[in-house]
Amino acid sequence: MIRRFNWLVLYAAGFLAFLYAPALLLPVFAVNDSSVVAFPLKGLTLDWFRLLFDSAALHSAAMNSVAVAASASVGSTILGLGTARAIARHRFALKKGIVGFIMIPLVLPEIIVGVSMLVLLLALGLELSLLSIILGHILICTPFSVVVLSASFANLDRNLEEVAIDLGETVWSSFRRVTLPLVVPGIAASLLITFTISFDEFIIAFFLAGTETTLPVYIWSQLRFPARLPSVMALGTLILAASLALLVLAERLRRRVAATSPGAPELGAP
Amino acid sequence: MNEPAVRISGLSKRFGGIVALDDLSMDVEAGAFHSLLGPSGCGKTTLLRTVAGLCRPDRGDIEIDGRSMSGVPADERPTNMVFQNYAIFPHLNVERNVGFGLRRLNLGSAEFNRRIEDALDMVNLGGFRKREPHTLSGGQRQRVALARALVMRPKVLLLDEPLSALDRQLRGRMQEELKRLQRSIGIGFLLVTHDQQEALSISSAVAVMFEGKVEQCGNPREVYFQPATRRVAEFVGTMNCFEGLVRPADSGRTPILVKGLCQIEIPVERMIPAGTDGRVTVGARPEMLALASAASGNSAGCATGMVADLSFRGETTVYEVALENDGETASVAVPNSADAERFRIGETVRVSLKAEGVCLFPP
Repeated sequence: MIRRFNWLVLYAAGFLAFLYAPALLLPVFAVNDSSVVAFPLKGLTLDWFRLLFDSAALHSAAMNSVAVAASASVGSTILGLGTARAIARHRFALKKGIVGFIMIPLVLPEIIVGVSMLVLLLALGLELSLLSIILGHILICTPFSVVVLSASFANLDRNLEEVAIDLGETVWSSFRRVTLPLVVPGIAASLLITFTISFDEFIIAFFLAGTETTLPVYIWSQLRFPARLPSVMALGTLILAASLALLVLAERLRRRVAATSPGAPELGAP
Repeated sequence: MNEPAVRISGLSKRFGGIVALDDLSMDVEAGAFHSLLGPSGCGKTTLLRTVAGLCRPDRGDIEIDGRSMSGVPADERPTNMVFQNYAIFPHLNVERNVGFGLRRLNLGSAEFNRRIEDALDMVNLGGFRKREPHTLSGGQRQRVALARALVMRPKVLLLDEPLSALDRQLRGRMQEELKRLQRSIGIGFLLVTHDQQEALSISSAVAVMFEGKVEQCGNPREVYFQPATRRVAEFVGTMNCFEGLVRPADSGRTPILVKGLCQIEIPVERMIPAGTDGRVTVGARPEMLALASAASGNSAGCATGMVADLSFRGETTVYEVALENDGETASVAVPNSADAERFRIGETVRVSLKAEGVCLFPP
C-alpha cells in the first residue's frame, strides 16, 4: 500500500513538473544577467524589465492587447448572456443544433478561424484592423462565456422573473432587478476568462492584424532577435503573473455561482 | 356588490396538441375562498396563470372587478400570486422581498415601511424583517411569499398549490391561517390544489376541473354530497358505485334495485333519466352505509358480506366489505364512538344503505 502511494507521488510530481517547469523557467531567465538564454545562470538583474518599460512599440502592443481583450470579453459575454438565458429558459425548434453551432468554435482549430475570417474580410473589402481581431476573438470566446453563464442560469429559479412581473415589473426591469444581480458572479467570471483567452491569443490575431499588432504577435516578432530574448522572458513573466491572478479570481467567482450570495445589496433601495 | 370578483368566460388554451383549457367559464364571488380542485394536468394551474396574466389564452376573456383583462399585461393586473415553490428572491432579505413590488408605487418612506410592517404582521413574521431567505424554514418562506403578494393589496390573491411542499402538520396550521387571513382581509382568494381534503376544509367554493373544463362548481357540501358526475364523486372523497335497476314509479317514489345490496326508494323529483334497460349508477359515500353484526336479528333491506380489510382512521374506521351476492366491494365508514360495534377481518356482516344519502349517475 505504502509503496504504491510513493509511486503515485512520483508520478504526480513528474506530471506537475511537465506542466509547469517551462513556465517556471520564464521568471528565472527574466532576471538572469546574460543575453544568452542558457544555464549556468550568470547573476541577478532587473535590466530586462527596465528595457521593457522603455520600448514604445511594446507599450502600444500591450495597450492594443488590453483594448482588444476588453472589447472581446464584453462582446462575447453579452452574446453569452443572451444565449445562456435562452438555453436555460426556452424550448425552440432545432435547439440542440443551434447550441451545437454556437459551441463549435470551442473545438475548431484557430488557424481555420483565422484563415477563413481573413478570406471573408478581404472578400468583403474590409480593412484589417484591431476591430477584425476583436471580431475573431468574440467568435472564439463566446462558447466559453456560454458555458460559464449557463451554470449561473441553471441554478436560477425560473419563477423568480415571473414573480417580479406579477409584482408589477416589466420583463426588462424584472431581468434587471432579479436575474442580473443573481448572475453577476457568472458575468464577472465570464468577463475574466474571455479576457484572458483573448489576451493570450496568437493565431487569429496574427492573421487578422493590420498595421497594429497585439502583444502575443509582438512577442513572436521579437523572437527573431536573440538579444531581445531575455526581455521577452521578462514580459512573459509579467503576463504569466497577470493571467494567473485573473484566472484565480474568475474561478473564485465561478464557485460563488453555485452557492447563493446572501446579502448582496440591491442597488438603489428607497 | 353581487358582481363577481373574477368572471371567466369562454376561456380556451392549447399547448401544442394538448388542450389545457376548454371553453371554460366560471365566476369567483367577491370575498370568496375559491378552490380549483382537480387531478394534475387538468388545467387548473394554467387557469390560475391565465388569470394572473402570465399565460395568454387562445380565446375567451377574464374580467376582474368588472374590468376586462384582455390586453392587460401581468404587471398591471390587480392580482398577485403565491407560487408553489415560493420563489423568494434569494439575493434580498425578507424586508426587501416583501417591499419588492412597492417600489413601483412611489410611496413615501413612512408609508413604504408601514405597509411592509403590516404585511409581515399579517403573516406573523413581525421580527423577521432583516432575515436572509436562506435562514428561513419552509413555512416561513411560505409566509414571506404571502406577505410579498398581500402587501400589493390585490383584488384577488392567486395561490398555486402553496401548501403542497409543507409537512402534514404545518399544512394543517397554514390552512387555518389562510382561512383566517382571507376572512380578515376580505379579498377573493383563488387557490389551486389537488388535495381534496384541503379544498373541502378551507374553501367557501370549490370548482372541480377535469380536462380543461369545470365539471362542477359549488360549496364544499354540495360538491361532496351532490356531485354532478361520477368523476367528481370519485375524485372528491371515496364513493361506492353500484349498478341500479329502476323499477316503475309508484305514488311519487321510484324504487331502484341496487345490485348485490338492497332495494331503495327515491322521490321521483330526484330521479335522473335512466339508461338502456332502466339502468343507473347508484353512488353512496362510505358513511351512507352501515354495518351490523350478522348475528343481529333484523335482515330486512340488508346484504351480507365479509370484512376483507379495515383501516383505522381515528374518528372513523373504514371497512372494506366483500359483498356476498355479486363479489363487489363496498367501503363502509363507521364512526368510532365508545359504544360502536367493532368488526374483525373475516367476520360476516350485514350492510345496509341509507337511501336519502345516495347519488344517482347515468350508468
